[in-house]
Amino acid sequence: MRMGWLNDPVVLARIQFGLTALYHYIFVPVSIGVGLVTAVMASKWYRDGSKENDAALRFWVRLYAINFAVGVATGITMEFQFGTNWADYSRFVGDIFGAPLAAEALFAFFMESVFIGILIFGKNRVSRKVYRLSAWLSWAGSLLSALWIIIANSWMQTPAGYKIAYDANGAKAQITDFLAAALNPSTLPRYFHVAVAVLTMGALVCIGVGAYYLLKGRVQSIAKGFLRTGVILGAICAVAMLPAAHQQALTVARTQPAKLAAMEGQYETGPVALSLFGWVDEQNQQTYALGIPGGTSVLADMDPTVEYLGLNDFDADETTPFVNLIFQSYHLMVALYGAIILVVILGALVLKGKLANHKWPLVILSLGWIAPIAAIEFGWMVTEFGRYPWIVYGELKVEDAISLAVPAWQVLITILLFLAVYTLLFVVWARMLSKTVKAGPEAFLAEGEAAAKDAAVADADSAPSYFGADATADAAAEKGGASA
Amino acid sequence: MSPLAIIWFLLIGVLIFGYFALDGFDLGAGVLYPVLGRSEADRAVIRRSIGPVWDGNEVWLLTAGGALFAAFAPAYATSFSGFYLAIMLVLFGLIVRAVSLEFRAHDAAWARLYDVMFVVGSLLPALLCGVAVGNVIAGIPLDANGDFTGTFFTLLTPFTLSCGVLGLVHMLVQGSAWIALKAPEDAEGAELAERARALRGKLVLAEALVFAFVSACFFVSVVPNGAGVEVTFLAAFFAVLYAVSLLVAGRGGCDLRAFLVEELGCAALVGIAASTLFPNLINATKPAFAITIEHAAGSDLTLAIMLGIALIGVPIVLVYHVVAYRVFRGRLKRGDLTY
Repeated sequence: MRMGWLNDPVVLARIQFGLTALYHYIFVPVSIGVGLVTAVMASKWYRDGSKENDAALRFWVRLYAINFAVGVATGITMEFQFGTNWADYSRFVGDIFGAPLAAEALFAFFMESVFIGILIFGKNRVSRKVYRLSAWLSWAGSLLSALWIIIANSWMQTPAGYKIAYDANGAKAQITDFLAAALNPSTLPRYFHVAVAVLTMGALVCIGVGAYYLLKGRVQSIAKGFLRTGVILGAICAVAMLPAAHQQALTVARTQPAKLAAMEGQYETGPVALSLFGWVDEQNQQTYALGIPGGTSVLADMDPTVEYLGLNDFDADETTPFVNLIFQSYHLMVALYGAIILVVILGALVLKGKLANHKWPLVILSLGWIAPIAAIEFGWMVTEFGRYPWIVYGELKVEDAISLAVPAWQVLITILLFLAVYTLLFVVWARMLSKTVKAGPEAFLAEGEAAAKDAAVADADSAPSYFGADATADAAAEKGGASA
Repeated sequence: MSPLAIIWFLLIGVLIFGYFALDGFDLGAGVLYPVLGRSEADRAVIRRSIGPVWDGNEVWLLTAGGALFAAFAPAYATSFSGFYLAIMLVLFGLIVRAVSLEFRAHDAAWARLYDVMFVVGSLLPALLCGVAVGNVIAGIPLDANGDFTGTFFTLLTPFTLSCGVLGLVHMLVQGSAWIALKAPEDAEGAELAERARALRGKLVLAEALVFAFVSACFFVSVVPNGAGVEVTFLAAFFAVLYAVSLLVAGRGGCDLRAFLVEELGCAALVGIAASTLFPNLINATKPAFAITIEHAAGSDLTLAIMLGIALIGVPIVLVYHVVAYRVFRGRLKRGDLTY
C-alpha cells in the first residue's frame, strides 16, 4: 500500500516528534544565544548607565523575550510527548529518564522564567545591580536547562549506569548508578558541542543586527557596538568549536560506530575517509565523495590505517537506513561551520574599516545567522537519524516504544494541528522580530528621553514603565516602517 | 509499599497543588479577561497583573509532569497516552497562550488575534485538567499493559465533565480575587475591582453547587477503590476544609484574605482527590488493571535521588517565587499601563 505510512502509528509518531523537535530547536539556540548577548548588554549598561547602552539593553531584552516565549511554548510539547506518543518508551526508561526532566524544571526553568519576568517588567522595580544579575541568571537558567535535556538525550545515545529488570509487563531499565547515567560517555562532549553551537548563534544574530543598522545607516555607534560584541563572541565560539566538535566526533566513533559509518557513507569495513562533499547511492551501497582517504581515521586515532566497521558488517536491522540523509546533513553542518568562520573574519575586517566602501560585506553579515541555525538543525538530524532504529541505543527499538493506546488517525490529526498552530506561531514570531528590529534601538532611545521628561513631572513612584514603553516603541516602529 | 513511594505520592500532590494554586489564578484571569475586561484599560490591567508571573507559575505543571514521569512512569505513560486528544488540546492552549501574552503588548494591530489566543488558551487547560482528574478517580478502561482501551467519548461522563467545570470555576474564583487584588487604586481601577468582587460572590455560589453535583455523581456512579476507613476520614477532613474556604471566600471583604483562602481551597481539592485515589494512581474499570502506587513506583534508588533533588530544588524555587512576588507586589499603577 503506497499511502501505508498514513496508517502507520510508528511512522506518524516519529514524524510528529521529529517535526516538533526540529521546530523547537529553532528557538532554543536563538533564546540561549540572544540571552548571552542580553546579559553582556546588561553588564555594559550597568558599567556606564549611558543612554545608548540603556536603549541597546532594552532592545535586546525585547528580542530575548520574543524568542523565549516561542521557546517555552514549543518546549512544553516535548515534555508531554514522551507520555502521549511514546508510552512504552516512557515505561521502559522512566526510572532513569524522568529525573533529568524534573530536575530541568526545578533547577533551570524556574530560574529562567522568574528572572526573565524581572527582566521584562521589572527594570524600574529593582536596583541596577539586581537587574543585571537577573539578566545573567535568566541566561544561566537557559544554559542549565540545555544541560539537563542533553543528559536525557545522551542517555538514549549511550546508556550507562543501569540494568535491565523484568516485571509482569516486560523489560525496563532500572538505575544502578545515577552519576554514571547522568555523566554517560556522550553527555559532556555533546553538551560542550551544543553549548558552543547555540552561543555561536547568539554571536551571529548580534553581528547580523549590527550589520543591518550599519547597512541602513542607522544608530552608527550602537550598531558598531553590536558588531564588535558579536565578532568577539563569534571568534571565541569558532575557536572553541574545534575541540568541541572533535570530542563529539571522537565520542561517536567510540560509542556509536554505526552512526559514524553512516556519517561518512562507509559501507565496507576499512579506514574512514574525511569527505568534503559527495553523494551516497543507497541502492548500490556506493559513496561517491571528494575527500582525504583515511582522514577521519587520522583525526580519531592519528593513524590513517585504523579500520572502522562498515554498514555492511552490522546486523541489517541494527543500522540506519537514512545513510545519504545523514551523510549530507553531517557534511552540510561542517561546511556551514566554515561559513561561520568566514562571516566572523568578514565582521572583523569591517570593524577595522577595511571594506568601508562596499555594501556587500554588510549584506552578508546581516544574513550570517542563517549558517549557525542551519548547522544546528543539520547536526541534530545527524544525531537522531543516526541513532535509528534504536530509541535507546542497543536496548530498545523505536518500533517498540510508541503508545499502543493512541490510534494512527489521532496522531495524524494532531500532526495537522501542530502544522496549523506552529505556522501561526512562526508568522507572529517573524512579524514581532521584524517589527522590533525595524524599530530598532532608536525606539528605546526616544522612549528614554520621553521617560526622563515624564519623571521630571510625575512623582517618583509612577516611574516609566514597560507598558508606557510600548506606545513609544510601537509609534517609532510605525514611523520606521513608513520611512523604510 | 515502600515509604519513598508514599512520600512521592504526597509530593506529586504538592506539585499539582503548586500548579493549581499558582497557574490557577492566571488561567482564571485569562478566562475572565473578556468578561471583566470591558475597556482596553481594564484588559491591560488584567494582562499586566499576570504578565511577570504566569510563566514561573506554569513551570509547576512541567515539574509535576517530570516528577510523575520519574517517580511513577507507568502512570505518566498511561494517563498521557490515554487522554491523548485532551492532553493535546491542553498543550495547544498553553502554546498559543504563552505567545499571545508576550506579544500582545507590542503589536496593537493584531490585538484581536492575541486576545482570542489568550482566552481560548486559558480556557482549554482550565477546563480539561479537571476532566482528567475526574477520569483518574472514576476509573478508565485499561488493558494488562496499562494502555487505555476506550475512546475519546469514554472520557466524557457527567462526573468527569462536572469535575472539569469544578476546576474551571475554582480557577475563575481565584482569578477574580487576583484581579480585585491587583486593580489600580484610582476610580476606574476601583470599579474593576468592585465588579471582580461582585462576580466572585456569584462564582463561589456556583462552585458550591457544582461541588454538590460532583459529590452526588461520585456517590452514584463511582465505585470506591477499597481504601481503608482512615483515608475516608482524610477525604472528609479535606471536604470540611474546602467548605470553610468557600464560606470565607464568599463573604467578600479583604481581597488578599479571599485570594489566600482560595489557594487553601486548591489544597483541599487536591487533598480530596488524592485521598480518594489512594492507594492507586489511576483507577481502572477492571480493578485488577488499576495503576497502583506500589507497582508503578520507580526503584528506591531513583525515588531517593529524586527526593534529594526535590529537597534542594523546591526551597530554591520558593525563594525565586518570593523574590518575584515581592518585586511585583501591591496594586498596579496607571503608570504601568498607559498606552
